[in-house]
Amino acid sequence: MDETLKELAAHIADALPDAVLGTEIAYGELTLLAAADRIVNVLTFLRDAPSCRFVSFIDICGVDWPKREKRFDVVYHLLSPTLNARIRVKVETDEVTPVPSATGVYAGALWFEREAYDLYGILFSGHPELRRLLTDYGFDGYPLRKDFPTTGFVEVRYDDERKRVVYEPVKLNQEFRNFDFLSPWEGPDYVLPGDEKATAPKAG
Amino acid sequence: MNAPAPVDNVRNFQINFGPQHPAAHGVLRLVLELDGEIVERVDPHIGLLHRGTEKLIETKTYLQAVPYFDRLDYVAPMNQEHAFCLAVERLLGIEVPKRGQLIRVLYSEIGRILSHMLNVTTQAMDVGALTPPLWGFEEREKLMVFYERASGSRMHAAYFRPGGVHQDLPVKLIEDIRDFLPHFLKVCDDLEGLLTDNRIFKQRNVDIGIVSLEDAWAWGFSGVMVRGSGAKWDLRRSQPYECYDELDFAIPIGKNCDNYDRYCIRMEEMRQSAHIMKQCCDRLLKEPGPVSAVDNKIVPPKRGEMKRSMEALIHHFKLYTEGFHVPAGEIYAAVEAPKGEFGVYLVADGTNKPYRCKIRAPGFAHLQSMDFMCRGYMLADVSAILGSLDIVFGEVDR
Repeated sequence: MDETLKELAAHIADALPDAVLGTEIAYGELTLLAAADRIVNVLTFLRDAPSCRFVSFIDICGVDWPKREKRFDVVYHLLSPTLNARIRVKVETDEVTPVPSATGVYAGALWFEREAYDLYGILFSGHPELRRLLTDYGFDGYPLRKDFPTTGFVEVRYDDERKRVVYEPVKLNQEFRNFDFLSPWEGPDYVLPGDEKATAPKAG
Repeated sequence: MNAPAPVDNVRNFQINFGPQHPAAHGVLRLVLELDGEIVERVDPHIGLLHRGTEKLIETKTYLQAVPYFDRLDYVAPMNQEHAFCLAVERLLGIEVPKRGQLIRVLYSEIGRILSHMLNVTTQAMDVGALTPPLWGFEEREKLMVFYERASGSRMHAAYFRPGGVHQDLPVKLIEDIRDFLPHFLKVCDDLEGLLTDNRIFKQRNVDIGIVSLEDAWAWGFSGVMVRGSGAKWDLRRSQPYECYDELDFAIPIGKNCDNYDRYCIRMEEMRQSAHIMKQCCDRLLKEPGPVSAVDNKIVPPKRGEMKRSMEALIHHFKLYTEGFHVPAGEIYAAVEAPKGEFGVYLVADGTNKPYRCKIRAPGFAHLQSMDFMCRGYMLADVSAILGSLDIVFGEVDR
């Protein structure tokens, strides 16, 4: 399995030298790192080349890495029924740089790109109607970004006096419980309450 | 002199279908643009059932994330859990024992019957038949009792866990499932008797909602939707997971690419599922063994062990507070869910919580093609096509 994937990766990298930035094989899955502005070429090649035939569109999604300069990964998953193989293509982008839309190559990219725009704010150029999909009408913000709180900012309720649904800032009777169970020995690098005294210079 | 007056105020008609419409199979709002009775444009508005599952999973440990998958496609809950468990297991590199695999296959097939039974019968109701849902739901009820007897819950089972399944099945339950099957096949025959040659049913479904195979792949279709268009593609066969490669079953495919073919495929798949379940039951009755991996760093110890062993108690405490850590990496695991390819793209960062868990729901890809599929058909065909796509809003809206 890995051998055929390696061959496939080498073949694709040869055919598209300036668009493919790297290939990776992990857990029996092939990942291509592609240049964002050439993504349409990559996808067209993967779909049409007789040695690939990745005709089946599976998924487009975003991943947020806020610490990176280009914070978003846009991840494409494709399937080739003829090769019986899957491929993952990743490109990087940030909040303002649009990625060329894949809708021209795969009709099914339509909603998946709208979803990525809705939940992450990733922009796609050339998309026929890039509007929100899953969130509420008039929703503000990009909920799957790491800096968006899980509880959100507004809540809705039906107001009996005004006879309509009203939006209010979210009020929590109890703070959202997100316990940090990571072991203090193996876990993240932060100072536990009280520990700062251990390293502080001794008084006097 | 008697020339007809120029018609100047003819315009297309826009109607809202749903969100509270029984044929919308949940909370779907379709904005339809009609020219007379011909559908010109369909704009589905979804998200009315959006619960932010992916965001919630990012704040939960791997084990706590499992129950969210029951709530996606809530007519076949365990198939969803299955995809997530496979993803976690591949990242952790653990193997599920054979008996655990057989139980998973058995319950995945029960899920397939649950889902197809709901779809076939309610689609028939959308086109005017009332008896099929009454007959079909009785069988679903029995199958949900099997769910309950295994997991304690009729729908939200949380029964598949990373490493295997939660508990072993009692012998009586396996025997009951085995004895249920012959009776179930008879019900399938009865349902087919109501629908397959029914003139009204055929008039509403034959040659409606045709998709070519090329379009089906490009729109991201999977499962019954591509098999209906003639692809012999089933993940259980082409990319086997668990012990599907040891089991005998056939893959029905269609050739007319229409609603009626998809109905026929679903009926045949239910029979094939029953055939798979029979093989699983026979093997489960013969082959005892563990039902989940024995690595106590991932799978919690049994209750009885905890009463005696300090180690087990520590493991239990650690697993239900901190949870297990999954090595950093990314994986895409897919299963052949009843509605199509249900995939989980999991990005782990080495901690006890998923960094990103994208849920690739088949219904989402199918529903987006409503505009493409309904264009040019009549208004009445919209609900027939929608029913044939097999949409459940739990998984579309996530």
